Amino acid sequence: MEYPILSYLIFLPLIGVVGLFFLDHTKEKLLKGFALFITLVEFVLSLPLFFMFQVENGGMQFTEYLSWIPRLGIAYRVGLDGLSLWLVLLTTFLSCIAVLACWEDIKQHVKGFLVCILLMETGMVGVFVSLDVFLFYVFWEVMLVPMYFIIGVWGNPARRIYAAIKFVLFTMVGSLLMLVAILYIYFYHANVTGEYTFDLLKWYALAIPHSVQTWLFLAFGLAFAIKVPMFPFHTWLPDAHTEAPTVGSVLLAAVLLKMGTYGFLRYNLPLFPEAFVSFVPVISFLAVVGIIYGALVAMVQTDLKRLVAFSSVSHLGFVMLGLFTLNLQGIQGGILQMINHGLSTGALFLIVGMLYERRHTRLIAEFGGLSKVMPVYATLFMIVTLSSIGLPGLNGFVGEFLILLGAFRSQFTNVIFVVFAATGVILAAVYMLWMFQRVMFGEVTNPKNKNLPDLTKRELIVLIPLVIFIIWIGVYPKPFLKPMEATVNGMIKRVEQRVNVKNPVQEGKVSFKALKVIESRGEQGA
Amino acid sequence: MTIPDVNWTSIGPELILFGTAVMVIFLDLVIKGKKKDSLGYLAVLGMVFALVFVLVDEGGVIKAFGGMIINDSFTRFLTVLIVGVGIIVTLMSMQALREGSMDVGGYHTLVLLATIGMLLMVKGLDLIIIFLGLETLSIAIYVLVGYRKWVEQSAEAAFKYFLLGAFAAAFLLYGIALVYGATGTTRIEGIAQYIALKNLGTNPLLLLGVGLLLVGLGFKLALVPFHSWTPDVYEGAPTAITAFMAVGVKAAAFAAFLRIFGGALPLLDFQWKDVLWVLAVITMTVGNVVALSQTNIKRMLAYSSIAHAGYILVGIIAGGSVGWSAVLYYLGAYAFMNLGAFGIVVFYGQKEEANVEIADYAGLGFRYPFLGAAMAIFLFSLAGIPPLAGFMGKFYIFSAAIKSGYIWLTIIGVMNSLISVFYYFRVTVIMYMKEPIKEVALEYSLPITIVLIITLAGTIQMGVAPTFYLERALDSIKWLIG
Repeated sequence: MEYPILSYLIFLPLIGVVGLFFLDHTKEKLLKGFALFITLVEFVLSLPLFFMFQVENGGMQFTEYLSWIPRLGIAYRVGLDGLSLWLVLLTTFLSCIAVLACWEDIKQHVKGFLVCILLMETGMVGVFVSLDVFLFYVFWEVMLVPMYFIIGVWGNPARRIYAAIKFVLFTMVGSLLMLVAILYIYFYHANVTGEYTFDLLKWYALAIPHSVQTWLFLAFGLAFAIKVPMFPFHTWLPDAHTEAPTVGSVLLAAVLLKMGTYGFLRYNLPLFPEAFVSFVPVISFLAVVGIIYGALVAMVQTDLKRLVAFSSVSHLGFVMLGLFTLNLQGIQGGILQMINHGLSTGALFLIVGMLYERRHTRLIAEFGGLSKVMPVYATLFMIVTLSSIGLPGLNGFVGEFLILLGAFRSQFTNVIFVVFAATGVILAAVYMLWMFQRVMFGEVTNPKNKNLPDLTKRELIVLIPLVIFIIWIGVYPKPFLKPMEATVNGMIKRVEQRVNVKNPVQEGKVSFKALKVIESRGEQGA
Repeated sequence: MTIPDVNWTSIGPELILFGTAVMVIFLDLVIKGKKKDSLGYLAVLGMVFALVFVLVDEGGVIKAFGGMIINDSFTRFLTVLIVGVGIIVTLMSMQALREGSMDVGGYHTLVLLATIGMLLMVKGLDLIIIFLGLETLSIAIYVLVGYRKWVEQSAEAAFKYFLLGAFAAAFLLYGIALVYGATGTTRIEGIAQYIALKNLGTNPLLLLGVGLLLVGLGFKLALVPFHSWTPDVYEGAPTAITAFMAVGVKAAAFAAFLRIFGGALPLLDFQWKDVLWVLAVITMTVGNVVALSQTNIKRMLAYSSIAHAGYILVGIIAGGSVGWSAVLYYLGAYAFMNLGAFGIVVFYGQKEEANVEIADYAGLGFRYPFLGAAMAIFLFSLAGIPPLAGFMGKFYIFSAAIKSGYIWLTIIGVMNSLISVFYYFRVTVIMYMKEPIKEVALEYSLPITIVLIITLAGTIQMGVAPTFYLERALDSIKWLIG
């Protein structure tokens, strides 16, 4: 590694923030242009991550180390593997889109808004590349503040403050308990090895007793489950999404939610493998409930944005199901589905936002027949809708298919879950297509919709890159899946070494038997 | 009986401050009108000299006045902290003094005298000296609380504080007497040795004395259930004095607390730790829960300061080098962020504290971007959001608690911190997400700018690069750990 690429990615947006302070706050275009420049540079800087990434290497790459608080064993440790690679790229990619998308939307306190976006970018990249648990926690919490302001200041006047506070409090509950668990492991590590350190990779080597793992899993898991959000911790999400400005929703859906699923893979799985395995039934059950519940609730929404928000609950349920299959297809599918959800839900929020800018309403009943008035818009909307449903040939299909396949083959997941999860795909088709039909097809019933302008050039520039990726992943997912493979295999191997359920039983009702085996081993250990 | 050796340099900072105080009194007679500002600068200059005096001290443990005074790294750490607090408080008062009708010379003198009292509490190695320091500081503070005597609340606050404070002093003194009765000495080291020698772990006389000491100090620290005076007094006092009490008095009282309970009574810790556990929990919880419903920012910060005392108690309970250095670290972090927040309350309050309701802060964020951002940073730090001083302090305290096995105490602590997030964030909601309800025209002056820059820099530095302070804090408790 010749130059510290990850540090550039973390700190460039901060430099952008400093730069913004020196610009005149009345010159909107200049401010936005500057922020766009920073995010574009950031994106370009992040591309080498993909090209220089060693696909066969399942460990950490691009690692950097800098002493920070040596007394407490805290250091600036960052690195990237097949899991974080795509999330970092997704972040840098969507940040450009976000700045571009706020061009017409945000007119008040532009400078503050851009500062928040850039701070978010630092936080998001930081969360995904931290290899020091303390550093991770700092980024994890720092993220809250700009998002809180984005929802609270630029959100929908009626309920933005409620939504912002709810977002902060929900997230904090989990993360504070996670902090306690982090400290516990820190001292546990010190007791076992004599070394005080927050180095995550060293923590991976710990064999924590199963009974303790359960508690730690719950403490970490709660923080991540709230962020994902998993049913029944999802109630903050519809409010936050609905009240946030478009760009806020995009970043929230596309990146912030992924921090939860990322956390499960980066922390819960390697640190508490035994507990992870024994929680498979619980989490899979909640994931499937989330899939179906999210879909059913989405179906009855009258507000477009709320519909998309609930569809997120459903989609993230798929991701969680995939991660807890503990096999290559399932986890790869889960990671890919994180990216897919980022792209298609991000695009959906943008599309709804564009409609909102024109009509200042998001109620489905207000629209109808728009495909005649805005043909280009309708085409892009259609592609994104189909991608969200999981139509073959588009990205959503690949992810969901892999997840269901993985879950079906998994020795941990019960096949019943797969059956119910599959109905979620059908339900998705129902609510998305029904929504699309009501908004786009039929006669133009509302006279206000008669003369809506079609997409502008800027809006096309915002949407087309997303659509390109949606199609690309759908048609040829290999370049996206390949870099994950070694990393995911490494994770699975780690679990297998620790849990040792090699030759279990037939497929199907396996999980409970496997569980018994593990439990009895745990008792022996204790 | 021999005359004890007199080592003037061991009380150098106190002497410098005393000299400054005397000068301020006399110059107050000569200087008239607008020029009275210079009295404030003089007081600051005196305190800066005292600070330099401590900083150039080469270190080591020096006992003087027959072992009643000690100068060790613990003393030096807290002396720097307290004198620093004195400087900031004096600076932030200057604008209010210029605009208001408070007597300038007396004010600065009393702040200097109170600072001397705090310093004595910190360096006393004898219960009597600690008591003397406490009284010196208390009397000065009683007067300062009632300094806006034409305001009803201020007079009420002073009276209330004085009455309850007198009771608390009596408790403390009675406690000292009982401890003396049980051990035959008031020296910190002597008490510890005697307890070890005679194995007095369950001696009822001693335990009663310790209990009374706890009540007396608990009152000054505003621990629940000895906190009932706090909100009224904090609200009624001039805002800068409120800050002085919330930070300076607390630091001095916690120092005395550590000196007494850590230095003299370590062998009794199985007795007092359980009591403190309960006190810590109710102090944190009551402080935070009641702070939720406050509409006046001074009252809100008053209750929040109660809660912060609870967090600090967690560090004391955790004990050991990590726990007690965490206490010192937290005191430093708390000083920066709380003084910063109070500085803004003073500044934004303007003449005769016209804007101290939280609702008055509506629209501040975008109208005064720098001030808004600074206030947000202080509040986030108080709420424990990284990477700021308050987070690092809490992190350090809670890690000490976990290290000592107090997991439930830690969980209660972090959940309390969650409650506090709500009311600290609520102020930022008002500042950034509400339309202004009145026009507040602010004009930056030199002293307030210095206050904001120092506190802001400290709040950020202690969060981002805490190593310097961590090492000092660890170094400072060597004597206590023994």
